[in-house]
Amino acid sequence: MTAAASNGAPPPAIELVGINKRFGSVQANRDVSLRVEKGTIHGIIGENGAGKSTLMSIVYGFYEADSGEIRIDGQKVNIRSSAAAIAAGIGMVHQHFMLVESFTVLENVMLGAEGGAMLKEGASKARTELLRLGTEFGLTVDPDARVGDLPVGDQQRVEILKALFRHCSILILDEPTGVLTPQETDQLFRILAALKARGVTVLLITHKLKEVLAITDHVTVMRGGEVVADRRTADTNANELAELMVGRKVRLELEKTPAAIRAVELAVDALSLVDERGVTRLHDISFNLHAGEIVGIAGVSGNGQSELLETLAGIRTPSRGSIRLRDTVISADSPSDPAAMRALGLAHVPEDRHRLGIVTGFPAWESAVLGYQRDPKLGGRFLLNRNAMTGRCEELMQGFDVRPLQPQLGSSKFSGGNQQKLILAREMACQPRVLLVGQPTRGVDIGAIEFIHREIVALRDRGVAILLVSVELDEILALADRVLVMNQGRIVGEIAGKDADERQLGLMMTGSAEQQRAAS
Amino acid sequence: MDDTFLLALSTLAATIRMATPLIFCAMAGIFSERSGVIDIGLEGKMLAAAFAAAVVAAETGSPFIALGAAVVVATLLSLVHGYACITHRGDQVVSGVAINIVAAGLTVVLGHAWFGRGGNTPDLTPDQRLMPIKLPGADTLIEIPFIGPIYYHIISGHSLLTYVAIAIVPLVWFVLYRTRFGLRLRAAGEAPAVVDTAGIPVLRLRYMAVMIAGLLCGIAGTFLSISMNATFQKEMTAGRGFIALAAMIFGKWRPWPAFFACLLFGFLDAIAIRLQGVALPGIGHVPVPLIQALPYLFTVVLLAGFIGKAVAPKALGYPYIKER
Repeated sequence: MTAAASNGAPPPAIELVGINKRFGSVQANRDVSLRVEKGTIHGIIGENGAGKSTLMSIVYGFYEADSGEIRIDGQKVNIRSSAAAIAAGIGMVHQHFMLVESFTVLENVMLGAEGGAMLKEGASKARTELLRLGTEFGLTVDPDARVGDLPVGDQQRVEILKALFRHCSILILDEPTGVLTPQETDQLFRILAALKARGVTVLLITHKLKEVLAITDHVTVMRGGEVVADRRTADTNANELAELMVGRKVRLELEKTPAAIRAVELAVDALSLVDERGVTRLHDISFNLHAGEIVGIAGVSGNGQSELLETLAGIRTPSRGSIRLRDTVISADSPSDPAAMRALGLAHVPEDRHRLGIVTGFPAWESAVLGYQRDPKLGGRFLLNRNAMTGRCEELMQGFDVRPLQPQLGSSKFSGGNQQKLILAREMACQPRVLLVGQPTRGVDIGAIEFIHREIVALRDRGVAILLVSVELDEILALADRVLVMNQGRIVGEIAGKDADERQLGLMMTGSAEQQRAAS
Repeated sequence: MDDTFLLALSTLAATIRMATPLIFCAMAGIFSERSGVIDIGLEGKMLAAAFAAAVVAAETGSPFIALGAAVVVATLLSLVHGYACITHRGDQVVSGVAINIVAAGLTVVLGHAWFGRGGNTPDLTPDQRLMPIKLPGADTLIEIPFIGPIYYHIISGHSLLTYVAIAIVPLVWFVLYRTRFGLRLRAAGEAPAVVDTAGIPVLRLRYMAVMIAGLLCGIAGTFLSISMNATFQKEMTAGRGFIALAAMIFGKWRPWPAFFACLLFGFLDAIAIRLQGVALPGIGHVPVPLIQALPYLFTVVLLAGFIGKAVAPKALGYPYIKER
């Protein structure tokens, strides 16, 4: 390395040397060293809790490292605040966008770099600069649009524009593709390539191996707060990276036999839902769900999937149309509720586990019986038998390998994957005939994903009818026997799981008629 | 006819007068809440300021020194609020209520201790107060039919502070929407994490916002005790801080709509004063307490029925915690 430097080769754009960071008893980063060459795209991968986010927070000035050094272009820098990071030429696109939704694009870009006490002058300069950046990098966004009204792909462009507007030479993107359609992801990658071509150094934090392999030049793998490997992307492959991330052999391909489809369990007929604000969320949805199959609902987040799940689970009442669950018909005239649906053999693993799945303030043994607390074995109608509940929780935890195996531990103390496993265990334990699953692996580690997927398939093989909603196309493709695509509250297409591919689903998800024709 | 006209004029003049403290307080609330800090202590800050102004005016004889003292007192109280809720992330409603209680108690206790007049401060002479100002030409122009009396009664004849109140509304609008400070302030109330990642200190912004709120409450209190009245009486704010808060919400945290809401509430006040002792056809004499309750009743009705969707600043009430 030093030899290269003395040869006159440019110093790395950013270099981290021996970074340590400890939160209480948790060593979040242990002696992390990292070198990123100028004008390259460098991937950092690792599971949740591997320390990637902490590391980037240190680089962006949210945290201060306990020890270690950050060098930009060979110079040691002290980054103690976001302002210092920006001044050092570092820009960051956060996983949860740092945008003021009620502001316009222009206001968001200007915030913090207004160019004077009065907005007027700076605004016209910023507008010109936005246009220039837009044409140079293919990042066109209407400067006067309200950010909250923009699709997520455009919001992300605003984030990138914000960084470029501040003349960043190093751009960090934290899980940038989680919310994008495949098409938007392609566009993002084209933008990143354009940035690279103009000498910007890009750091891509992700857990998606395919993306790392597609776009990066180098990749650093982190596990348990440490760097476990550094590879040239050309010299590695998905299996090796997955193994490095998880620390053991991982089977990326899910083995699944063809579905043995039986009788209809759940029939949805012309279901529509108008929400309390008068917006039609579901238009005329019809489909049948059979015992022994997994039907996947694909779609960009926010196209009615959540409402569909909540309506089927009895949380919302349909405005028109009906749901037939075995012999019971649910409609606007004969509404249902989640407890009644559960009694009919329908279990629901909600999309947002913190809002609907568990109570984060409860210990695990309480979260593990939510919805089933009237089970006579747990104490019955008026009283709760704590020993029985703890015992039930322990059984569930053992069955689903929830770690740590401590029913007394607070629900929020478990990792996302273990919380999800506990909810799945709870919902599957009651022998449901129909299982609704929303985003089963959101924020869940690769190892746990593998486990959850296998459990879902095993349940299908036992004859349960499963409806899977996911924004992860890989997940839909891996699990679903049949895929329904949703766009703006409508089902816009259906494909057999074995015939589906990502590109085609992506086109249907974006929903324009022309694209649908192209797809068919 | 002439009588009705004059009655209408004097009611409108009273409307503006009654609206003055509301306008200051509503603008104060807008600054504080747009930055993300709930300001339920408008009432207390105004009350403490009214007391300070009356005391200092009586002691020094200068209404302007009194104004300065009132502003200092109200700003100090807002700093207490800031220290509790911005620095120490305390509950903003609790802190605001505490300020109201402290102000209500302390003004009476100090008033008793210092003047022994049942909580009142000494009566002020006109030169110790901010008196109504007659605008140039008011006396000659009154001869012009219609326009003359309007000029004489409504435009002219208000306290200096009333004119300041009206001038401050476009100023607040300009600061909020046309300056860097305003942009950052609004962002701090919507998404403080965004402000922080942009490299701007959120806490400093919020402190500045609550201090501006204190300053404006100080002017409001001064108006009450040394302009509209000639003394401080205990609990003389009589819920005006809360009505201003209602006006601010009614105006959806925007300066101009909040201003018109203040005028509306001022109008209700003016009507209530006008109706006292008047026999209404078919009803007879309406009991005074009922009439005095009218503006408050209307406030409840308006807030409950006509507010529509008031979208508060998203981060309102949430202390900003940097560590993630």
